[in-house]
Amino acid sequence: MTRSFRIAFKVAVMLIAAVSAVLIASIILWMIGADVGATFYTICVVPLTNSLHLTEVLIRAIPLCVIALGITVAYRSGIINIGAEGQMSIGILAFTGVALAFPDVPRPLLLPTAFIAAVIGGGLWGFIPGILKARLNVSELLSTVMLNYIAAQFYSLCLRTIYLDPAEQGLGAAGTPQSMRLSENVWLDRISGRLHYGIVIALVLAVLIYFLVWKTTIGFRMRASGSEARAARYGGINVAFYVTLAMVISGAFSGLAGGIEIAGVHRRAIEGVTNNYGFSGVVVALFGGLHPFGILPASFFFGLLIYGATLAPSRVGVPANIVQVMQGVIIIVIVTAQMVLSNAYLQDRLWRKLQGMRKKEA
Amino acid sequence: MIEMLVNMLSMCIPFSVALLLASLGEMFNQRAGVFNLGCEGMMAMGAFIGMLIPFSAGGGGAVSQWYNVLGFIAAGVLGAFLGLFFGVVTVTFRAPQGIAGIGLQMFGVGTAGTLFRHFVGGTQSIPGIPDISIPFLSSIPFLGDVFFSHNGAVYLAYLFVPLAWYILFKTPWGLKVRAVGTNPRAADSMGINVSRTRYEALMLGGALAGLAGAYLSIAQAKMFSDTLISGRGFIAVALVYFGHWHPLQIMGGALLFTFAQTFQTQIQSMGISFPYELAVMLPYILVIVVLSFTSRNQTTAPTALGKPFNREIRT
Repeated sequence: MTRSFRIAFKVAVMLIAAVSAVLIASIILWMIGADVGATFYTICVVPLTNSLHLTEVLIRAIPLCVIALGITVAYRSGIINIGAEGQMSIGILAFTGVALAFPDVPRPLLLPTAFIAAVIGGGLWGFIPGILKARLNVSELLSTVMLNYIAAQFYSLCLRTIYLDPAEQGLGAAGTPQSMRLSENVWLDRISGRLHYGIVIALVLAVLIYFLVWKTTIGFRMRASGSEARAARYGGINVAFYVTLAMVISGAFSGLAGGIEIAGVHRRAIEGVTNNYGFSGVVVALFGGLHPFGILPASFFFGLLIYGATLAPSRVGVPANIVQVMQGVIIIVIVTAQMVLSNAYLQDRLWRKLQGMRKKEA
Repeated sequence: MIEMLVNMLSMCIPFSVALLLASLGEMFNQRAGVFNLGCEGMMAMGAFIGMLIPFSAGGGGAVSQWYNVLGFIAAGVLGAFLGLFFGVVTVTFRAPQGIAGIGLQMFGVGTAGTLFRHFVGGTQSIPGIPDISIPFLSSIPFLGDVFFSHNGAVYLAYLFVPLAWYILFKTPWGLKVRAVGTNPRAADSMGINVSRTRYEALMLGGALAGLAGAYLSIAQAKMFSDTLISGRGFIAVALVYFGHWHPLQIMGGALLFTFAQTFQTQIQSMGISFPYELAVMLPYILVIVVLSFTSRNQTTAPTALGKPFNREIRT
């Protein structure tokens, strides 16, 4: 079987997933009596029509890409990280904490320090489910979900107490729970509109992850632990260590995504920054075929869907939740289609049929 | 002191019903070898449809109790349908169950949210179902308030606990469920249809998850919102581990977790000031702690849990 055949196969999986998501979403849109064509036009085409919309799409693609890269590392190591939402919140708290504590430190020092804090914060939140999985066999699916809820509560606790903007303090319940505007020393510069240089960070990280996972020993060991833990252990790989490491890396990426989001877009910690990116990141990672170079276009596509969905309520009267429906369908169809299509017999049969057709033509 | 205890207990019992039903459903799924992480999504759908029927009948005002019953039935049917769908994905197509469950959760929560915004709009309340005080028994001091003064669904849900035990351990179907979850190959060679049994267990589990959701919206909160379920589906999954796949232990777990969930209201009523967020965190922290202690040594776990069965492949 040729390489191009395998790639075509993967693309086929994605196409099936996209088509069924559109179909099921259409059924739901039809149920609520919306104009199906106009809705998809608003979600998928309108954001591409002018440069302001396009920058908004890219802004959403940046955290999706960074989070999906982290999730890929974990997934390839045999551990599913659905806790990116919580890891991102903790990353934001760490980033903001540093920025609030040292507002006067010059930028070349403060910005990297704040990013490192975000990485450590997220990594720590990823370490908990990682070590629990490796040492105590706790299902990472459950522990990461629970840590999401814990992080969300901790986040709003911090925003209401120690991080609270002094301007909001006197207002009591009427005030907005948010931090004060952060010092300019932790801002990421903007390119156009709200689009910021985080996009460069995301691209660099994609290349970095490609080399880490596919071209280094550590990456090989992580992938070995993920694909067959018993064989890896027999080969002398410390599976528990590499599974935990993968989860720490995954959490660190989510934390960093939070830091980038604050430095580039919001410039203060506020409710709703995570915006479900943690769960969407899982979809992006799967849709991108769990490979950095697939994730780049996938994160653009989902950035488009997420931004398009924000336009839908006002333009066609469709709730933005429709994008969550599509994401759920996409996950289910991708894992199902992969199972069906990864059947070696089926692949082989298809490959032979194609070969036969080619011979006949010749 | 005794009065406080009575208040606490009589609050925990009705609030524990959603967790109890959902985790009993999940128990049947897992006993049959299917790990259903989509429970949260099924509950969301059940909660939405359960609330929609009495709401559209009465527009938020008083309605005949039969509409509430109809809401419960619709939620159960919808849950069973989602269970069937999950069966197609995980049993027939043998997709990895964990990640497929996450997909189902997103699909369920997303669809419920979308339809809710269209058919109901904002926060709308419904009258809910009244409390039924059982004659004579409810006038017993202490016990009467704790056990015999709740709404009708509470009694039915708790009656289901021994029934679930009976179904699982004393009926031929329960034996089949346990067989396909423990050793599907052996069950298959004895002529049990593994896929069919798993489908049936998933439908029962889905129906219970749907009912649990409907209980939350009809009887407990008397409304629907995006955050109504807030992780109860996932806690229900964890409760199954905690209860060692046994109905009675799961009931104990459901009460314990409900206590943790209502902890915030409890301490407020005692007049102790405690950060609200920390109190809300408590059940989630408890899940992680409990899983850390119970996950290592799982001799009671169904051995085929999470493993798709394929007759054609030797294992």
